[in-house]
Amino acid sequence: MSDIVEKTLTALPGLFLQNQSGGAPAAAKASFSSRLGSLVRGITALTSKHEEEKLIQQELSNLKAAVSAPTTTLKMMKECMVRLIYCEMLGYDASFGYIHAIKLAQQGNLLEKRVGYLAVSLFLHENHELLLLLVNTVVKDLQSTNLVEVCMALTIVSQIFPREMIPAVLPLIEDKLQHSKEIIRRKAVLALYKFHLIAPNQVQHIHIKFRKALCDRDVGVMAASLHIYLRMIKENSSGYKDLTGSFVTILKQVVGGKLPVDFNYHSVPAPWLQIQLLRILGLLGKDDQRTSELMYDVLDESLRRAELNHNITYAILFECVHTVYSIYPKSELLEKAAKCIGKFVLSPKINLKYLGLKALTYVIQQDPTLALQHQMTIIECLDHPDPIIKRETLELLYRITNAQNITVIVQKMLEYLHQSKEEYIIVNLVGKIAETVDTYAPDNAWFIQTMNAVFSVGGDVMHPDIPNNFLRLLAEGFDDETEDQQLRLYAVQSYLTLLDVENVFYPQRFLQVMSWVLGEYSYLLDKETPEQVITKLYKLLMNDSVSSETKAWLIAAVTKLTVQAHSSNVVEKLIQEFTGSLDTCMRQHAFELKYLHENVELMKSLLPVDKSCEDMVVDASLSFLDGFVAEELSQGAAPYKPHHQRQEEKLSQGKVLNFEPYGLSFSSSGFTGRQSPAGISLGSDISGNSAETGLKETNSLKLEGIKKLWGKEGYLPKKESKTGDETEAAPVPQESITMENVDQTITKKDHSQVLTQSKEEKEKQLLASSLFVGLGSESAINLLGKADTASHKFRRKSKVKEIKSGETTSAPNMTCSSFSSSPNVTYEDYLDNLQDRGDKELKKFSLSSELLDSESLTELPLVEKLSDCRPRTLSLFADNSMEVFHPPPSTAASAANETYLVSSLLEGTPEYMHSDLMEVCSNETLSVSSYKVWKDDCLLMVWSVFNKSGSELKSANLEIVPAENFKITEHSGCCLPVTEAENTTKNFQYSVQMEKPFTEGSLSGFINYQMMDAHSVQLEFSVNLSLLDFIRPLKISTEDFGKLWLSFANDVKQNVKMSESQATLPSVLKTLQRKLRLHVVDIIGNEGLLACRLLPSIPCLLHFRVHSDVLALWFRSSCPSLPDSLLYQCQKVMEGS
Amino acid sequence: MQFMLLFSRQGKLRLQKWYVPLSDKEKKKITRELVQTVLARKPKMCSFLEWRDLKIVYKRYASLYFCCAIEDQDNELITLEIIHRYVELLDKYFGSVCELDIIFNFEKAYFILDEFLLGGEVQETSKKNVLKAIEQADLLQEVLRRQKVAGPF
Repeated sequence: MSDIVEKTLTALPGLFLQNQSGGAPAAAKASFSSRLGSLVRGITALTSKHEEEKLIQQELSNLKAAVSAPTTTLKMMKECMVRLIYCEMLGYDASFGYIHAIKLAQQGNLLEKRVGYLAVSLFLHENHELLLLLVNTVVKDLQSTNLVEVCMALTIVSQIFPREMIPAVLPLIEDKLQHSKEIIRRKAVLALYKFHLIAPNQVQHIHIKFRKALCDRDVGVMAASLHIYLRMIKENSSGYKDLTGSFVTILKQVVGGKLPVDFNYHSVPAPWLQIQLLRILGLLGKDDQRTSELMYDVLDESLRRAELNHNITYAILFECVHTVYSIYPKSELLEKAAKCIGKFVLSPKINLKYLGLKALTYVIQQDPTLALQHQMTIIECLDHPDPIIKRETLELLYRITNAQNITVIVQKMLEYLHQSKEEYIIVNLVGKIAETVDTYAPDNAWFIQTMNAVFSVGGDVMHPDIPNNFLRLLAEGFDDETEDQQLRLYAVQSYLTLLDVENVFYPQRFLQVMSWVLGEYSYLLDKETPEQVITKLYKLLMNDSVSSETKAWLIAAVTKLTVQAHSSNVVEKLIQEFTGSLDTCMRQHAFELKYLHENVELMKSLLPVDKSCEDMVVDASLSFLDGFVAEELSQGAAPYKPHHQRQEEKLSQGKVLNFEPYGLSFSSSGFTGRQSPAGISLGSDISGNSAETGLKETNSLKLEGIKKLWGKEGYLPKKESKTGDETEAAPVPQESITMENVDQTITKKDHSQVLTQSKEEKEKQLLASSLFVGLGSESAINLLGKADTASHKFRRKSKVKEIKSGETTSAPNMTCSSFSSSPNVTYEDYLDNLQDRGDKELKKFSLSSELLDSESLTELPLVEKLSDCRPRTLSLFADNSMEVFHPPPSTAASAANETYLVSSLLEGTPEYMHSDLMEVCSNETLSVSSYKVWKDDCLLMVWSVFNKSGSELKSANLEIVPAENFKITEHSGCCLPVTEAENTTKNFQYSVQMEKPFTEGSLSGFINYQMMDAHSVQLEFSVNLSLLDFIRPLKISTEDFGKLWLSFANDVKQNVKMSESQATLPSVLKTLQRKLRLHVVDIIGNEGLLACRLLPSIPCLLHFRVHSDVLALWFRSSCPSLPDSLLYQCQKVMEGS
Repeated sequence: MQFMLLFSRQGKLRLQKWYVPLSDKEKKKITRELVQTVLARKPKMCSFLEWRDLKIVYKRYASLYFCCAIEDQDNELITLEIIHRYVELLDKYFGSVCELDIIFNFEKAYFILDEFLLGGEVQETSKKNVLKAIEQADLLQEVLRRQKVAGPF
């Protein structure tokens, strides 16, 4: 059989030269399946959809029986397939036939195979599981000696092929790139293009062969390879710059008509090829002057040659213009391109007009004056009967929005919005309006009204960022506080008016915005009392059309207002109503309100007026409940374990499964904080603020999102630089005159055409002047003055300043700590360091550093000596660059004097001493200072008693009161009565250990002494100790970490939000390492593993992850309360840094 | 190109080719929506439509609408010419093509389309080459049939 096929194939060319004119189509016509014909005719004869359905179902059941009958021949199967395709096209399910389509492709002869492949390509998509069954057939056909079979196989591969099976056919297809027939080579290139699309990695090694295809002698193959190149250049244009010359040469040849006439289309040479090449050149020349220069000539020629008044030339021209504006600009070309755009815009053909607007939209950022030239046309398009033209015009206007034309443009956009029903358009347009309004709103009333319109129309389909941004804008305000208050007041008033309107339903999102604003800012009202507002909210709450989510917002608003209300009948009614609600969420809110209502003081402290922007400190570790928990535990209650831990335990009880400790996901429950039995009280804290906490979490994310989305910045700086030029003034008047001329000519033309419509024209011109204000050169100066104030007003306050100042103040800190961590650095080095940094801030230190300098000679040996005598403390912190100064724990009395000298010297640099040597009490005769020494095995507290008086002190005695949580051991005999000489110091040392983890505690003591007159004096003092004083790094390996992690049962998870500047892994690591003294065990991607121990040796592990601006923390320890306490410290540190 | 649809003025689908993987449900939804939108447009209106995030390019030939979905950065006019070239190919193949030719021989229309567009990209723009490829396969059909009649050699 295959022999026969081969023989016939060799005879084919001759055969089909004879038959070319008409034989084949005639044959095709005669051969159509009569059964399909009758089916089609039957369907056409029917009148109702119902009858059609009946007929097709009948047909399908017949087909189902036929395809599965063993007697059905492949030829009959082929006909069945055609009918199945037809049924499926009409919208009926023919999936029972899919497998038979594959079989037909596998087993049929050429004709049957062809239909089989077609059916497969129509029935299946590339992810369909049945497609795997086709792979073998494809492999077989690719190896066939029959050209037609190979073609079919390549055709199907180029359309649908399972990604994971690419390796099975790839070598075969690569071979086909060298095939002698161009059709095979062409299809092979397209198959590889398909592979590149679905699995780019798998075809990377054949990039060199693509180059060969690009140089193929056949135009078709070369053109096919351009698809691949366009795609690859889109992904990475820099990698293909060397090909620019080749593309330019090809384009030159095409434009010059060097290709076979076959490729002409309406006497334009290979337009598809030209457009493809122009697109590639546009990508290559973008922001690259040298590459762009190579293509100026050919672009010029393309623009020149495309003269014919046919769609296809316009298609090429459009692409040309696009390319000219994409690459590095050349004024001559830009001029020509601008002229071209003019041709498009002014064309009476609607398609060309549309493209003209599209081109204008594209180039407007580079050349705003072009819009001015065509302003009258644009105005006309704004009222065009075709919504698509209108839409594109609005898009154009959106890009030229400024502070002066915003009201007109937004009004036009809103008009369009009111007419359109399609969700996609609404979402898109609403987003654009909200964005421009945020930036350019001229005044409060307009801003609020426009946003009201946006919320009403955008409703629940708009992007959630829009209401969130709006609320944040209201809450954070601008620079001027009275202005802010006015804006808020206006918002409140306008919402109250809206709510008064009967029988109007607002979208849920809008109601949520209203309820938040009313809850926060109703206090600004003069006339209406909070009770009145509550009544209105209550009415909404009782409305069935309001969703339960919105009701939660409403009740939060009521809760806030209850604080301010005097009488509260409505509130009580509301509580009564909803404490019995079936909606658990509402019921909880109602109960919270009830309890708060009963305790007004608590309520006032919890819900302060106008404090939405201030962060509420929440003790998320719930340490205030420790006592309660302890009590419960002592009464035999089971300790609380979080959900995931219980699950883990359950699993580990079953079989020994090795769980990866680090791959565990931070579940979303982390956001709600700990799920502890005290969740309700925590919940009530949050519920009052739920609106804004939720808000803040999303806020920082979308700030970026919006900027990137619209890329507005590209426009603004341009405008500014332009106005800058124009203040220099020379070329401006001319330009404006020419532009006016153009305007006039256009209007003249219009006038002559339709004299009667002159009134309309005037209106249009008026509109034009209001729309294009700010674009023209005359008004530009104007713009500079006005736009700035207006736009600044509504822009978010930039927080950059704050961050900067934060950084600069922290800078000296860093230098100091780096100094202190390496005690071997000389003071000179230190000074050098200071000078190197050259920071202004550091000048403050010059005083102290001079001091250091002058004494450095004498001090140097001393420092060395000191460092020698306490190697242990040093080794502890040496590699951890901590902000620690090591005061000498000198035991020798002789050293005491020197120590004091050193420390008092260092007092000049407040960073250490402020935290380290602190005067805890003093009177006229003596002063007591203390500092902490973080030793490896304990916390060493040193109290230095300095005798200021000239006289001796008798029986001076320092005693530390035993504290509950601490184990205190004295080092030197402090209780011994000492007689102190004048101006001397005496050190007392205690080592302290923590017995039970807690977050903060204090250590108090007193000193008593006898004066010369035997009169006894007692001075009391106390020192605060934090948990951090007892935390030491724990150096373990990653493996140990893993083992320990699994063995610990107590854990706490929490997500902490950070400012963007610190939300990076290195900064978090630095903070944790420095401030908390954690040892960095390992860093995996954006996750970090840290370990520490609580003295003497209770380990605690931390696994954290940074994603966007959220820091997810996960502590585990063997000690039940340690993770909580550490988390608290950690939060404090992260907030403080 | 994302997909191509051919439908009649009555809204009956005549041909559908999808170059992006979509579920049957989505395909049906898209087809229904698009047919409605396009049929509702007046004759003098623009041939381009913004639809979701796609651009729709359509053109009517007699009673048949040809409708292509492209991405925003693609060239609308050249897509219009793609449609036209396809119609030319059909016309040449069937000899002044009409809707009935496509209804009764839709598989041929598919074969021609596959030789012209492959995987959503233009494969071959030379009319001669496309028809050559189609006729080659069709001729084979003739040859096979003749062989069957003549019996094995």
